[in-house]
Amino acid sequence: MLLHDLAHCRAGDKGNVATLSVFPYDERFFSLLLREVTAERVREHLAEFVAGAVVRHELPNLAALHFVCHQVIDGGVTTSLALDTHGKSLSSRLLSLPVSAAGDVTGRTATR
Amino acid sequence: MPTTRIGCGAGFAGDRIEPAEDLLHRAGLADLVLECLGERTIALAQQRRLTDPGAGYDHRLPARFERLLPPAVEHGVRVLTNMGAANPLAAGRVTRALLDRIGARAAVAVVTGDDVLAEVDLDAPAWENGIPLREHGEIVSANAYLGADAILPALDAGADVIITGRVADPSLFLAPLAHRLGWDLGDVVTTAAGTLVGHLLECAGQLTGGYFADPGYQDVPDLANLGFPFADVAADGTAELGKLPGTGGVLSRATVREQLLYEITDPAAYRTPDVVLDVRAVTVDEHPRGVRVAGARGTARPDRLKVSVGYRAGKKVEAEISYVGPNAAARAALAAEIVTTRLSGLPLRAEVLGGETDCRLRVAAISHDDVVLEAIGDEVESLYTNGPAGGGGVRVHIGEVLGIASTLIPRELVRPVVTLVETADVAP
Repeated sequence: MLLHDLAHCRAGDKGNVATLSVFPYDERFFSLLLREVTAERVREHLAEFVAGAVVRHELPNLAALHFVCHQVIDGGVTTSLALDTHGKSLSSRLLSLPVSAAGDVTGRTATR
Repeated sequence: MPTTRIGCGAGFAGDRIEPAEDLLHRAGLADLVLECLGERTIALAQQRRLTDPGAGYDHRLPARFERLLPPAVEHGVRVLTNMGAANPLAAGRVTRALLDRIGARAAVAVVTGDDVLAEVDLDAPAWENGIPLREHGEIVSANAYLGADAILPALDAGADVIITGRVADPSLFLAPLAHRLGWDLGDVVTTAAGTLVGHLLECAGQLTGGYFADPGYQDVPDLANLGFPFADVAADGTAELGKLPGTGGVLSRATVREQLLYEITDPAAYRTPDVVLDVRAVTVDEHPRGVRVAGARGTARPDRLKVSVGYRAGKKVEAEISYVGPNAAARAALAAEIVTTRLSGLPLRAEVLGGETDCRLRVAAISHDDVVLEAIGDEVESLYTNGPAGGGGVRVHIGEVLGIASTLIPRELVRPVVTLVETADVAP
């Protein structure tokens, strides 16, 4: 299953730093995200787009994982040659990350 | 406990106008904020001001105010906006003239002092890449992010419409909250709380279900009629976020969480001119009347202010052509190869967008040389008769690029000024 089946994501940008916040639809799956969506996996998954470090912040109050991605390759907004100069579509790229639900989730849990 | 209601009627320069009209008529607001100034907008506006001293404010200001100031005056709602961009005083005179024309006595105040081009150290390294600012290119603007303390004197003077240039977005909200609720900006608890409210509201529809829908996964009702948000803020800093009944969108723990972390590079230390905000303990709970937020923490405001420096980065050309049907991807790839072969040596980006059977070749480059830019556009266009079969839909766009680099400036070098714009100032 893909992260998209379990979570939603918002991208933000500050210069060539991208922020990606991931939230489970069902907050019982926060621990699953903690296990599956590590900074290392995010960095690997977005390697084509992020050259620098990926730092993960855990915000249990919000059931959120917040990734701060440094040196976004097409970043910088103002002088980027990319079509999406802000890197806003990185959120959807991250949601294509495969995750293992390890038997505790069946099917789409999405729509609230 | 005293509370005040503040709304956000625009989250960027091109935002819709009707949601703000609706808020003015139906929400019982004390204050409405129109946040319309992107990072690059002010550099673009500065360029317009250089060619026309009366220009340089948000060119949509007259249209937006024509529709919003009459209901604001009618309902006694104070309006704050950064539509002054690179020329807040000119924006103030236009606004004064508009109010005079409709016979409104509302007081207009302008906040200036964000232009620090004369004060900023251009030999300092940009924080993005460590390269000295002046080596980026011809500098056109340098604007410090002013805080709520720069706006408060305008509110104390009784202004009904407050126009600024560069101000930190949350400060546009914090200042009226502090003014209404009697907060001291030196108190980090309420300053953090007000900054959090401003941060949540500043993108308008992004809090109420805009930028959220994903059909079948996150369904958002009636996005064509998206309602914009307001907050009921109590003197202790807790806030209830809401939107008007009958509007589209959704306001939930999910949408608020997304906006809460949006563009925050350190949840423990989000730096504004007013406070260093820590959002880690913030709680977001759905109530029958809206979404309740509390728990912002903060530490004392930074000693230095962020400055955005605009520089001429050349022009950007973007040229595209489409290939569809069987083998489209191969034809698009061949087209890319032809263009890059013929333009070998030029730093350009060529990429094929789309799937296997519906592809668009996109070629982009930045240059200071118009000849080079036009050559790139011409090469893509010449694929019509010289390239692979079936290419169509060529579009070529060339536009000026203003780069932005950032630095810091000691607070004492920045001197905000408030000017009340009188009718006499407007007379020809």
